[in-house]
Amino acid sequence: MAESKETLKAFQADVAAWMKEHVPADPGFLLPLSFLEVGTEQQLDFLRAWQHKVWEAGFLGMHWPTEYGGQGADPAYQGIVDREMARCNAPIMFNTIGLGWTGPLLLEMGTDAEKSKYLKHILSGDEIWCQGFSEPDHGSDLGAVQTKAVRDGDEYVINGSKIWTTLGNYADHMILLARTDPTAERKYDGLSFFLSPMKVAGVDAVPIRKVTGEYGFNQVFFTDTRIPADTLMVGEGKGWGVAMKTLEYERGVTAGQATGHWMVAIEIDDLINDLRGFERDGAPVFDDPAVRDEAVGLIMEAKALSLSARRMGVPALTSDFPMGLPLSSKYRGTEWSRRMKLFGAAMQGAQGSLYVEDPNAHRGGFWQRAYFSNFGATIGGGTSQVQANIIAEHVLGLPK
Amino acid sequence: MTSVLGNVSLKFSDEQSMLMDVARGFLNDKAPTDKIREFLESDQGYEPQLWEEIVNLGWTGIALPEMVGGAGLGISAVIPVAEAMGHALLGTPLIDTTLAGQLLLRAGGAEQEPLLQEIAEGRIATVAFLDGGDWGGANLALTMTTEGVLSGSKTFVGCGHEASLILVVGQCDNAPAIAVVDAADLKAGAISVNTLIDLTKRTAQIDFTGVPAKAVLTGEHVVAAIRDYRLLGALLTAAEAAGSAARCLAVIVDYLKTRKQFGKLIGSYQALKHPTVDIYCGVEDARSFCYHAASLLDADSLSHDAEIACRMAKVSAGQTMSYAGDRAVQFHGGIGFTWDCDSTLFIRRGQWSHQVFGDAIHHRKRLASLLLD
Repeated sequence: MAESKETLKAFQADVAAWMKEHVPADPGFLLPLSFLEVGTEQQLDFLRAWQHKVWEAGFLGMHWPTEYGGQGADPAYQGIVDREMARCNAPIMFNTIGLGWTGPLLLEMGTDAEKSKYLKHILSGDEIWCQGFSEPDHGSDLGAVQTKAVRDGDEYVINGSKIWTTLGNYADHMILLARTDPTAERKYDGLSFFLSPMKVAGVDAVPIRKVTGEYGFNQVFFTDTRIPADTLMVGEGKGWGVAMKTLEYERGVTAGQATGHWMVAIEIDDLINDLRGFERDGAPVFDDPAVRDEAVGLIMEAKALSLSARRMGVPALTSDFPMGLPLSSKYRGTEWSRRMKLFGAAMQGAQGSLYVEDPNAHRGGFWQRAYFSNFGATIGGGTSQVQANIIAEHVLGLPK
Repeated sequence: MTSVLGNVSLKFSDEQSMLMDVARGFLNDKAPTDKIREFLESDQGYEPQLWEEIVNLGWTGIALPEMVGGAGLGISAVIPVAEAMGHALLGTPLIDTTLAGQLLLRAGGAEQEPLLQEIAEGRIATVAFLDGGDWGGANLALTMTTEGVLSGSKTFVGCGHEASLILVVGQCDNAPAIAVVDAADLKAGAISVNTLIDLTKRTAQIDFTGVPAKAVLTGEHVVAAIRDYRLLGALLTAAEAAGSAARCLAVIVDYLKTRKQFGKLIGSYQALKHPTVDIYCGVEDARSFCYHAASLLDADSLSHDAEIACRMAKVSAGQTMSYAGDRAVQFHGGIGFTWDCDSTLFIRRGQWSHQVFGDAIHHRKRLASLLLD
């Protein structure tokens, strides 16, 4: 159902007004740049309260069905909310694995019982979700995961370990990819997908400190962990397909996310405006021809990304490689973002050597932390190198 | 505060879409690579009959107004055609003639309409712009008297050996001016043809000393028209390069899918796969910039946004084509180093596209001022 421009404009004004009134002030402690860096109870409580407030106001899951806590509206509405949140520098919607991946997955493939049980609590922030895909020995090669799930009556017994588990130490549920049949001829056919509880005996989440100095990741150990058999999704041996569908939501190839506001958006204008305050050779930094040239390159890349997004809406200009632009957007966007943030850190002269905790660090070491933090995006959800393989194989048709 | 990204609109009209389909279909049929190769070492560099068909299709009049016999679609409608020509690696005087038409349209008054009509009908026209090798220079060394007698020479004149109408950029009374010259008025031996790196292209050095012009155009709008000509030249070259790069990508991909070494298709090696993905991404960007720029063009002098868009298109497409041609030779291995391999055509096109109407550094320098100052 297409909404009239006037209706959407009026809605945008409502959202802007609400945000202006309710976006919380700086809490006085460091907030994470994305959902991947929620590392303290203080941050968690703050972000959970904020998400709850946004949901209560009717601004989260705008296009999810009302019976599951959504607003049953056109997806355009969530786009408006997300843009307004970004514009007001509103804190992020932290429960991303629920809001962005599990939620749309359940809406597409879940049973009514699963939808009723989980969706509303994802939106309200009452129940936190994490993802159990990667393992210490199996990151990029997801099909080879070894965590075992063995059926025992009405339960499965889980043994093994998952890693890079964002929010794992706070989560109530995990989307878990585990091996139910180690003897399957194709490794993919031995995998099953569970909506596994986390607050049960035999689950141990150990926080991992990151290159940024922050927490957020965990290694999760399962030791004879018993979970109800009805947490199995779709069916035994069908896990790979469900996991691939999840990755479509994670990579943004498929829409349906309750929000896209899961990170502090750092745009090219932030970089250019911020760097104007720095000097080189006793003159403004942008008097230096080499710096100017680098900046032009970054601006051009940012513009190309914006233009690709627009070109996706012009079928006549995408017919040569129909899936090319969506399948390359993560690769292009995250790599550009890393280089841009690196430039922000590198153009500060000696100031660039200070880090977050130093009182004299420029904007609290914003660019330094953002640069390090961005590796979460170029590695997580399939590394850039794997993304390049995907583009080569699925867009260009090159052999595996 | 406005964003440094500026205008990011991208529109594509039904007319552009139709021209894209027609041009691709026509060139697929009529200009296969063996046909291109057959005419590489001829005087013109293309099949004469093919040019006649192109004229009959009306491509020389796409951007010209209906009142002079054109299609009235504007220069933006030429972008898909230039892209398709680049894809086919077909030279021809189409880009030179189109640009000459734009320069005359933008610089001349009503009295130039008969000449515009002739251009629309397929009279080969070109612009004599460069004094030497510097695309960034003023290129106004050639002088002309108010009576229209020229003194000086120009070089790298596109299709200079066969153009019948030449717009010569120079100065008159110390101000930029354009002389309209009929090639029939050139002196014997005035034209010396360059040997170009791109075998599908032709340029010439032309001595105009003592040649009488049919008309001399001067004034404010001449300055603006010359600026527009340089930017539109960059954009048409970009569109052509984007097409060539897409074709080069297809040829590389095809080879990577058929050639085996060490018992495996070479396309399975990431050392070849990932640079090929970079070429692909470059092609997508170049196309985005070209059609974005096309969205910002009309009959008026080019806007600030349009200038940025044309320069970005040239940087993007020029760099992509140069890289694609370079990798095409390397990825074809020993055979890629040979004259008969099509990678030869691509690496040569890459070196042509890279420099014509200013290389990437030329445009990035100007973009820095447009974006940061």
